[in-house]
Amino acid sequence: MSTAGTVHDFDVVIIGGGLHGCSAAYHLAQAKLKPVVLEKHVVARHASSASAGGVRRLGRDPAEIPLAVASIEMWHSMRDMLGDDGEFRATGQVRVAENAAELQKCEERAARVRALGYDHEVVIDRKELRRLVPQVAEHCVGGLHTARDGYAFPFKATTAFRLKAEELGAVVKEGTKVEAIERSGERWVVRTNHGQFRAPVLVNAAGAWGAEIARMVGDDPVEEPVALMMMVSGRMPHFLDPTVGCMGRKLSFKQMRAGTVVIGGGHVGTVDRETELTELDFRKLALSARTVSAVFPIMKDATLVRCWAGVEGFTPDDIPYIGPSKAAPNVFHSFGFCGHGFQLGPVVGSITAQLVTQGKTNLPIEPFRIDRFAGKDARVPAH
Amino acid sequence: MFRRLHTSSSTLTITLDGVALKVAPGDSVAAAVLASGNPACRQTPVTGSDRAPFCMMGACFDCLVEIDGVPNRQACLVEVREGMQVRRQARPTLVADRLAS
Amino acid sequence: MSGEIIDLAVIGAGPAGMAAATVAADLGLDVTVFDENPAPGGQIYRGIEAVATKRASDLAMLGPAYEAGKTIVSAFRASKAKHQPNTSVWLVQKDRQLGIASGGRASMVQARRILIASGAQERPVPIPGWTLPGVMLAGATQGLLKSAGMVPSGPVVLAGNGPLLYQLGAQLAAAGAKVTALLETEARYGAALQHLPGAIASGGYLAKGLGLISAIRKAGVPIRRNVTGLKAIGKDHVEAVEFAANGRAWRLDCEVLCLHQGVVSNAQLTLAIPAKHEWNEAQRCWRPVTDAWGNTDLEGIAVAGDCGGIGGAEAAAHAGRIAACEAARALGKIDAPQRDTRASGDRSAWERHLRIRPFLDALYPPSRAIAVPADDVTLCRCEEVTAGEVRAAVRQGGTGPNQVKSFTRTGMGPCQGRMCALTVSEVIADQLGKSMAEVGTYRVRFPIKPLTVGELASLE
Repeated sequence: MSTAGTVHDFDVVIIGGGLHGCSAAYHLAQAKLKPVVLEKHVVARHASSASAGGVRRLGRDPAEIPLAVASIEMWHSMRDMLGDDGEFRATGQVRVAENAAELQKCEERAARVRALGYDHEVVIDRKELRRLVPQVAEHCVGGLHTARDGYAFPFKATTAFRLKAEELGAVVKEGTKVEAIERSGERWVVRTNHGQFRAPVLVNAAGAWGAEIARMVGDDPVEEPVALMMMVSGRMPHFLDPTVGCMGRKLSFKQMRAGTVVIGGGHVGTVDRETELTELDFRKLALSARTVSAVFPIMKDATLVRCWAGVEGFTPDDIPYIGPSKAAPNVFHSFGFCGHGFQLGPVVGSITAQLVTQGKTNLPIEPFRIDRFAGKDARVPAH
Repeated sequence: MFRRLHTSSSTLTITLDGVALKVAPGDSVAAAVLASGNPACRQTPVTGSDRAPFCMMGACFDCLVEIDGVPNRQACLVEVREGMQVRRQARPTLVADRLAS
Repeated sequence: MSGEIIDLAVIGAGPAGMAAATVAADLGLDVTVFDENPAPGGQIYRGIEAVATKRASDLAMLGPAYEAGKTIVSAFRASKAKHQPNTSVWLVQKDRQLGIASGGRASMVQARRILIASGAQERPVPIPGWTLPGVMLAGATQGLLKSAGMVPSGPVVLAGNGPLLYQLGAQLAAAGAKVTALLETEARYGAALQHLPGAIASGGYLAKGLGLISAIRKAGVPIRRNVTGLKAIGKDHVEAVEFAANGRAWRLDCEVLCLHQGVVSNAQLTLAIPAKHEWNEAQRCWRPVTDAWGNTDLEGIAVAGDCGGIGGAEAAAHAGRIAACEAARALGKIDAPQRDTRASGDRSAWERHLRIRPFLDALYPPSRAIAVPADDVTLCRCEEVTAGEVRAAVRQGGTGPNQVKSFTRTGMGPCQGRMCALTVSEVIADQLGKSMAEVGTYRVRFPIKPLTVGELASLE
């Protein structure tokens, strides 16, 4: 129930305390504004802590490449920026080709990326693949490699943005659920279970719940919550540095600092919208286990310690919504990252801050506009 | 550290770190390790300190050992078998160690 | 097993699971009991069949409460219930599919009803030095005595509180072990007194307890009371225990230190599904919320025995039979009045056995100083995280156990939080001045038993 109660005034109200909300809060606070982050649970409750943490330019949609390229520089300077690197390690990303046809696809992909003016995706042969990934299965013939990509620890990266934002004056309100959004004069009034938050500007970084928030201000994007499943092993001796994916199968595979191996790749479970709880589908995880055993024979006897699913917002074209509302003034969206928003977190927060402070950004965000499916029968494909 | 109240009429032989060890049928691997004179099953991955069976009911996972080549088996839940090869687990070299070096 | 649907899947072959399966099979249900141990009995009757046949002379030393297991195990063996030993249940879904693993292969089983009888585990006892080899939980030493006929060969000290500690003391003394002392951390006779009528009404528990204490005394084992500051000392192995009692500092040499602070419900499985849980303040542990028949809030999934609240072995067997009657009703084998009639004897016995609990819970609460340890004490054994590190994470904004887990890796090791969940939540609650119910506990993740990539890959 709304408590009409106290009214809190800020420069910007950010809805959603995930990586994108905290990154926006940091960049806005850096620009001398006073933002408040409203988070219905706790910071990084869903995708921002459940993510496998890939910091990846490799294999991006062409629309995302300019953003990903800008963001990787921010990851490399994260420690200078935030005083904490979120355990980012630039160990590279590799996408494995298991046969000649897949290697051909690697060549085509690299050529397409080069044609766009980028050279970060490099084709590697069998020998280079083995140098980078010594434990890869014998049958693998090569792949694609991005040397400066890597991975980070999602919860710590999100927390690093949060703590720095707070240090610069941002306020984070956990357990604060948005119940209604109203316009009052030149300001937005956000009603929550802990009072009202007023500001001239609203940022929607509500992740899988972003479309719900967008509808409260009159936009009508298409988004579905999807539960991406992940598995993690117990600590294993060090055998792998880069993050590894496959050209032909669903796999994201990395060995973390602690020695644990995190396995993802896009197999989905189910989400209960009401409780926000997820249920795993172990028959699909069994497919994942077969892929892992095939590509990394060393993993056969590895013990799985935990499996989980993170709730993430998906869109019909598998790219996010970034940019201004088309229905209401001074509302900026940043949600629906389709399971690959982690790497983009630093730059999209900066884009949002630019939009708020300057009304524009120097990065191309037109493909991410909120109304791109208006009047179309667009649906989120089944995963 | 532990002694048997009875001498078993029949015995089995397993190896513990390659050394033959006579055990009683029905022993758990953890009981066999405790009776061997050196109760340690593994070193922890963080500090490398020794751990021995602690709960003996499958809850604490301190008794993880390698059994017949498969690591991280719960010694307290596995019964000994003739010829079983048991190895104590050393602290693994972690990514973090490589980063530190 | 593909395509086959079993009526009732029972998880755990302790007293609750065995009794439930026996009655359910008798009522015409197709029952399978899944158990990770090689033989039925659970912790309380561990190894009972082998002891009865091969080491019958140990029965006197282990006592009549243990020998009582013979009846329940043989009834189970004689029933039509199927028994799958050496089988772990790593998954239970709301749709009543179970993930099981055995012999290196994983599979799924569909059941019409599930009865979780996963029993109890000992409460963690995070004192300085509790990770040293030679420091064991009391139940671990007792388990060795039952299953392998082994006793500590050198001096052994027992420390903590709760009935199991006295029982172990009497058994070890009878078995000829060198028990140096029993160190009692806490016994609140004053608080327990108000529950004395219930304790008396519950039957022979009081007499049994007094008998154990007198047996320990007769064996010449000193009992030190009001023990504080327990510390296990040693380099690579426990060598001594230090503590304070009677206004002075003590040090006793030992080769084995048995710790005990009571037992708590093993709610790992019900938390993972998740069923609805509540904080049990008297027993200071989580329990699934159930109705009078053991049904959780999840359709067709029930619990019986200590995993639904600590009641002891005898209460557990009655609870198992009550749950079996309910399962037969739910599956249409009997109607509600038949169920009520069939279960009535077990229900009154169950209630009688539970009447001792308020007395025991009040008499032997876990020591606060142990439940909320000092900064330098390791509370997560797997990841070797100290209470101080947890407090630092709380100061950084980790306001709940799941965030503390992300900050510090507590609960992320192989035991999946079994040995630290209670302590982590107690430390957070203490630091924030919140109740345990407010702080909550870890989200428990499947697989709740270790599963290798190869085993999962074998799942069709």
